[in-house]
Amino acid sequence: MPNSSKRAQFERVVLPHLNAAYNLARWLTRDDHDAQDVLQESSMRAYQYLDGFHGDSAKSWLLTIVRHTCYSWLEKNRPAALTTVFDEQLHGAGGDGPHADNTVPADGPEALLQQKQERHQVQRWLEELPVEFREVVVLRELEGLSYKEIGEIAAIPIGTVMSRLSRGRNLLQRKLNGTVDEES
Amino acid sequence: MSCEHTQQLLDAYVDGELDVEKSLAIEQHLSACPACRKRHEARRWVRVAVQSQARYFTVPDPAVRRIQAHLDKAGGGGRTLPARWLSLAATAAIAALLGSGTTFWIGRTSSEDLLTQEAVANHSRSLMVAGRITDISSSDQHTVKPWFNGRVDFSPLVVDLTAQGFALVGGRLDYLDNHPVAALVYRHRQHLINLFVWPDDKSAAAPMRAFARHGYHVLHWSGGGMRYWAVSDLNPADLKAFGELLATQG
Ligand SMILES: [Zn+2]
Repeated sequence: MPNSSKRAQFERVVLPHLNAAYNLARWLTRDDHDAQDVLQESSMRAYQYLDGFHGDSAKSWLLTIVRHTCYSWLEKNRPAALTTVFDEQLHGAGGDGPHADNTVPADGPEALLQQKQERHQVQRWLEELPVEFREVVVLRELEGLSYKEIGEIAAIPIGTVMSRLSRGRNLLQRKLNGTVDEES
Repeated sequence: MSCEHTQQLLDAYVDGELDVEKSLAIEQHLSACPACRKRHEARRWVRVAVQSQARYFTVPDPAVRRIQAHLDKAGGGGRTLPARWLSLAATAAIAALLGSGTTFWIGRTSSEDLLTQEAVANHSRSLMVAGRITDISSSDQHTVKPWFNGRVDFSPLVVDLTAQGFALVGGRLDYLDNHPVAALVYRHRQHLINLFVWPDDKSAAAPMRAFARHGYHVLHWSGGGMRYWAVSDLNPADLKAFGELLATQG
């Protein structure tokens, strides 16, 4: 197709989802500049592959490209970010068992949410989650995507979406409950 | 349902991913089991904490301009409509002057297609530009409705549907189908809905029609002398429920 109509198509298909694309890139790279580089590269790829987009969800299509670009970028520039250190105390027995975190502090969630200090902590705790848990939590809680959409974007079965989400939330819940020592 | 099975399905339950039968089984178990109720409450809490406290990063304008520059270099045709990419903030103002059909025209389309394009463009633009989503932000219909007095020459129906799961966020003036229109913004979970309202030149009511376009869902109908176009990334079933709630109010 001519460049001008391709450009118009890019604006219709890609532009509306640029915030979602950046948000995912920022959460996966955990850095403003890196996220902008990834977004730039993802946008060029999206432009290049635009003729191949015939689907219904432009957002899922773009996020698939962004995620793929993020992982390639991290592999090349920040391989350590992909090397998940699996701490047994964090991920071991009890993660899904009867000792799973079922305590709610006496103050209740509302009190917590009013504390500014806590706000930064939740941000940091989510950033510290291993990337495979972090991405499903971000796509679910911040992007509001369904398990099916997340599965398509992350190229994993729906059952894996559910178990990763569950693991990720268990880890966050432990932090929120203060049951895990920061250093352990 | 057992405690173990309930815990396995708890995330799918809080995410609304279970079928009715399984959801009911979980609800029954929760009403009878304090331990699982506590787990459920803790899950609710962790979701609220993340949704309310983790940042949603929005793309900085300079990053958008760099993408623009790259596409220009690639011969992407940016020269023909340079204003579009100058800045996101300028986009809304220019589009309001020109009418959004200018920007998103694709030719040889039916008026319904064209209007769908325009409505989707207006919706996505309202999401892209910071501060553009509402001119008046209020969940109070008695604040939002009078705001349109003198801004449009009709009185849009403004109802808060918070109790039904669709919270009124506010309103703004927009431009659609060569008319100034009232844009009412609603929120359902994380999804925003733009509802465009303007007078209908036909007296007969038109039944609801639904479309999908570029990942967004569009629903339109008319009644009571008004046309209604709703756009959202919400799933079609929920958007239809929203439309039906409004249609019965009108
Ligand atoms: Zn139980």
